[in-house]
Amino acid sequence: MTTPTHSVELSGIVKRFGDFTAVERMDLSIEEGSFVTLLGPSGCGKTTTLRMIAGLLDPSEGDIRIRGRSVTAIPIHKRNLGLVFQNYALFPHKTIYDNVAFGLKYRDIPKSEIAGKVQRALDLVQLPDVGSRHPRQLSGGQQQRIALARAIVIEPDVLLLDEPLSALDANLREDMRVELKRIQAQLGITTIFVTHDQSEALAMSDTIVVMSNGHVEQVGGPEDVYVNPTSAFVARFLGNSNLLPARVGAREGDVVPVTVDGFGTIRLPASRCTAVGQSDRATLVVRSENLRLAGDDAPVPGDALALPADVTTVDYQGQAARYFVRIGDKTLQAVNAIEMHPHRQGARVKAIIRGRDCTLVPEERH
Amino acid sequence: MKGWHLIRLYTILFYLFMFLPIAVVVLLSFNPSEFGTFPMTGVSFRWFVALWNNDAIVRAFRVSILLGAMTAVISTTFGVMASLALVRYDFPGKGLLTTLLIAPILIPEVVLAVALLLFLRWLDMPKSLPLLLFGHVIFTLPFVLLVVQARLVGIRRDYEEAAMSLGAGPIETFFKITFPLLMPAIFAGMLFAFTISFDDITGTMFWKPGGVETVPTQIYAMLRNSISPEINALGTVMIVLTVALPLLGMAIARQMSANRK
Ligand SMILES: Nc1ncnc2c1ncn2[C@@H]1O[C@H](COP(=O)(O)OP(=O)(O)OP(=O)(O)O)[C@@H](O)[C@H]1O
Ligand SMILES: [Mg+2]
Repeated sequence: MTTPTHSVELSGIVKRFGDFTAVERMDLSIEEGSFVTLLGPSGCGKTTTLRMIAGLLDPSEGDIRIRGRSVTAIPIHKRNLGLVFQNYALFPHKTIYDNVAFGLKYRDIPKSEIAGKVQRALDLVQLPDVGSRHPRQLSGGQQQRIALARAIVIEPDVLLLDEPLSALDANLREDMRVELKRIQAQLGITTIFVTHDQSEALAMSDTIVVMSNGHVEQVGGPEDVYVNPTSAFVARFLGNSNLLPARVGAREGDVVPVTVDGFGTIRLPASRCTAVGQSDRATLVVRSENLRLAGDDAPVPGDALALPADVTTVDYQGQAARYFVRIGDKTLQAVNAIEMHPHRQGARVKAIIRGRDCTLVPEERH
Repeated sequence: MKGWHLIRLYTILFYLFMFLPIAVVVLLSFNPSEFGTFPMTGVSFRWFVALWNNDAIVRAFRVSILLGAMTAVISTTFGVMASLALVRYDFPGKGLLTTLLIAPILIPEVVLAVALLLFLRWLDMPKSLPLLLFGHVIFTLPFVLLVVQARLVGIRRDYEEAAMSLGAGPIETFFKITFPLLMPAIFAGMLFAFTISFDDITGTMFWKPGGVETVPTQIYAMLRNSISPEINALGTVMIVLTVALPLLGMAIARQMSANRK
């Protein structure tokens, strides 16, 4: 039996194309009303996963349940899902009104109510007056809003979006991001969103599913996956991190001593080391914004390591600067807010790494 | 520079060689004189009227139009179905099927004509109108297929998938989305099929049963006896039909696809 709070459940989903496995043994439970993002680099199987949920692809193995009902044998047109594509896919030969009303004709809705529902959907996407136009008479952003209206007007069990914003230009994308989130929250509709854009994922999601090479790397809230990556892949994919090979010492109470060759030992809270088991080899993740560069006289907190560093490159970004610094035989990246003026290229600074800002992940296998 | 002048001259001569006879035919069809010779003695429609009153020709026209229309409908129906299968689905033997369907335009028409006839002989069946129709369908199908396939490839799967996600079954999706989007190509394909069938002589000669004439075979038969100026008029009508029809069709198709983009 499944708990009713789970809107979508994938169990042991596998998808093969010939010899190639696009999705490997995927398990995922999506809560009713939540906004879940499938995030990962190109070709990791996001679209494939979404299309299996939609019913556009049959899984090679495993079961998909929507609202507790197994849908693996149910064709797409009987699944009651809202689908939004990257290229909008508005029917070019139909007016906007007919586009939005299309799905309602297949539902037991009295004719008299259709017009009202269409109008409410158009109001919701803030395009109340375009009903009589054709898709080609709308801008890309407007077309995508209509595509969204068309998908939600049928009150789907789940809304599935495959990179819906990536065809829009940068400014519009930001607006649409806010808009989409507002509409989703207002309707409380379970949403699965596919993107390879981490900032989209971080800004919009309740839960992020990070994927790579057909399998799930990590599932968690935006802050969780950003701050507490459980694998080197996730650390590398989200934000900008320095990954350092490290040796793990014996745990001392709530603290784990971690030694990086050439740097010394950093004491990490045990809560930052949960992704690593008993292994004595691991990878230390230091986010570039957590590698603080300071003048020689700056105070060093107790759990921190202070290392002499040479600034090799300065990348000025306005309110912040990105530095490449040389520490021992390694080059690290640091993104620091600028106080007064940035460190100069060639300057010798103190690189400060605090234990509580670091995360330990299993050693990368190559 | 000199070379370009020569090429230009050559091109002009080439086109003159190609089109002058046609122009002469059209011109002479308005010549009231009994003998199709220059200089023209005036302008008249007398040969067109004669055409209209010539039973054999009117009958041939009726046969040609009926045959062309049926060929167009059947060819287009099969062409659309085959295109859908070839573009939208994967199945074993797809490459072979494509080659088979396209082959009739690669094989010389005489060979195709004789082959079909031999096949009929083997089946011990007499020549008949259905055979003629069958031949025309086989011969026009590749054109329809190419036109429709090209358009179908351009219609993204997204539209159909969106329709299905909204609740339309596969058949409804075809009629409400794919078919309307395909309309310009279907229309163009039909016109192609009609014109090619209407114009065809080689295959028709082999396949037509005795006593039945299409316009081209009728012209051919008339030419064997005498060169009547009526033939000039008939030629003019044929030229107008086979040039104007596709042009008209293309204009309509362009109009339609402008509304669907
Ligand atoms: N029909 C197919 N036949 C064979 N391989 C396929 C097919 N569809 C997808 N693949 C392969 O499966 C893998 C995952 O594809 P998918 O489209 O799911 O990637 P994605 O994560 O959506 O990538 P992107 O961000 O580029 O859209 C890719 O390597 C792709 O080449
Ligand atoms: Mg994709």
